[in-house]
Amino acid sequence: MSLIKVTGLNHRYGERAILENINLSVDRGEVFALIGPTGAGKTTLLRIIDLLEVPGAGEIYFDGKCIPRSGKQRLEIRRRMSFIHQKPQVFNLSVYDNVACGLRWRGEGKNKTAEKVDHILEMVGLKGYENRNARTLSGGEAQRVALARSLVLEPEVLLLDEPTANLDPISTAKIAQLISYVARQRNTTMIMATHDMSQGQQLADRIGVLLDGRLVQTGNVTDIFRSPQNEEVAHFVGMENIIESVIIANNEGIAMVNIGGNAIQAVSNYPVGKEVYACIRPEDITLALSSTQSSARNSFQAKVSRVTTLGPLSRVEINCGFRLVALVTKISAEELNLQEGREVYATFKATGVHIMEKEIRQ
Amino acid sequence: MTEIWHGLTKAIELIISLDPEVMQIAGRSLRISGTACLLASLICLPLGSLIHFHQFRGKRALTNIIQTLFSVPTVIVGLFVFVLFSRAGPLGVLGIIFTPTVMVIGQMILITPLLLGLTISALSGVSKEIVDTATSLGASGFQTIWLVLREARYAVLAAVIMGFGRAISEVGCALMIGGNFKGVTRVLTTAAYLETSKGELELAIALGIILLFLALIINIVLNRLQQR
Repeated sequence: MSLIKVTGLNHRYGERAILENINLSVDRGEVFALIGPTGAGKTTLLRIIDLLEVPGAGEIYFDGKCIPRSGKQRLEIRRRMSFIHQKPQVFNLSVYDNVACGLRWRGEGKNKTAEKVDHILEMVGLKGYENRNARTLSGGEAQRVALARSLVLEPEVLLLDEPTANLDPISTAKIAQLISYVARQRNTTMIMATHDMSQGQQLADRIGVLLDGRLVQTGNVTDIFRSPQNEEVAHFVGMENIIESVIIANNEGIAMVNIGGNAIQAVSNYPVGKEVYACIRPEDITLALSSTQSSARNSFQAKVSRVTTLGPLSRVEINCGFRLVALVTKISAEELNLQEGREVYATFKATGVHIMEKEIRQ
Repeated sequence: MTEIWHGLTKAIELIISLDPEVMQIAGRSLRISGTACLLASLICLPLGSLIHFHQFRGKRALTNIIQTLFSVPTVIVGLFVFVLFSRAGPLGVLGIIFTPTVMVIGQMILITPLLLGLTISALSGVSKEIVDTATSLGASGFQTIWLVLREARYAVLAAVIMGFGRAISEVGCALMIGGNFKGVTRVLTTAAYLETSKGELELAIALGIILLFLALIINIVLNRLQQR
């Protein structure tokens, strides 16, 4: 049975709709990532689940019980959860008191509190900081205090709102490591909001895409990244090649798709004549100087129109009758001497092409 | 000029010799104003928190009224308390007019708006995120209020000290309802007033200097706390 269930949730701030008809359920022990751009409503959804806000409409179930809109029961249920906010807000108290406050509020004894705080500070690497004022810490340290403060409560549900958004890469890695360690160790249910897709990919069992207040698609990592449901999701998950096309033949699930006069093969069950989008992830396209025989069904001669370096990768725009973007490692871009005007062969598998229905825009 | 100089030397003399009468008056001032301030704080800190944490109609108007009453003249408070507690007044049966008790009540009424207003503004200085963080860590309503008061502790303490400063330095109210009876309700300000009207300027100046000295100590304490 799902531990948290949200049904028919709607929420507005004044005239502006923040969340529209959200239905979501998260199982015990599951790590659920909520991805979406800034302003999509992720924080509001987490706040409502943490019972910090009362939704305009809709119900929230915790462990099968419907949560009332006011009253003492909300505090009892909130105490089984813990919320790590995007900007860590440490209290103007010592590190020890910061971490101990949640336990004290729950009436935990002095010795037990000391024991737990001690253990958790060791875990987050803040041992020896007990008597420092938490306000004097760096951003990364403050986020670790915030994390320790939540984890020490051993919550059944951990809600994380962009836990690493304001941190440097090393602190980010540390925090991500801690989170996944805890998730496995304690079988904690987590709902994590992030706009960082790789983080969602690494940590989550399941992903929900929140766009403009609507939960557009939920599914496992592969579903979301390989088979986005519509153009919006495809854009958001880094599907750079989204090309308008028409199915011209379909032979038992292997379809021929016409892209501006070029035919490519793809795996799809849509019937002939259907207007669709063909989506190809840029990292699924390989570039070579000569046409090589491979199991890949699609191979096109192309001309490089632009190369941009993205850290260890190169983003290569090519033209093979239609525009494609490919991602290759910087080293192979150098080996192939990829630059504007260079002739290459672009190859991708039929299974690397995701066909999705063209949405009729209202 | 010579009077000020003499007053200064006299003040130092009185302080160093621990003149029993002056010490008694200063002690009484501290006791009455300290009690008034303590009692007012016990009312104003919870009440201020309550006002800050609750949304209700007329909240802004209430805050405006409280702030206006910061500058309520001491004689008006004196008059109000006098009417209330004088023998013929509605609370006259208590028989506390011209006693230190009624002075404590008067000063409490005088500084309540100040303490209340400054408590509210001290709490407003604590960000909403702190409140949310506390709530999501499982704090109950009271636990949240206590945490926020602790977060704002320096500003709250400053408010309390300001209140004490206004209480110990006022004269109108103390004179009207205390009566300035020697050995009973005579405090630093009323004593200085009396000595001036008697022409005993040196003693009056000495008392004034002691009052200023107390104010200085309060300020030093306040500064220390704010720098922490």
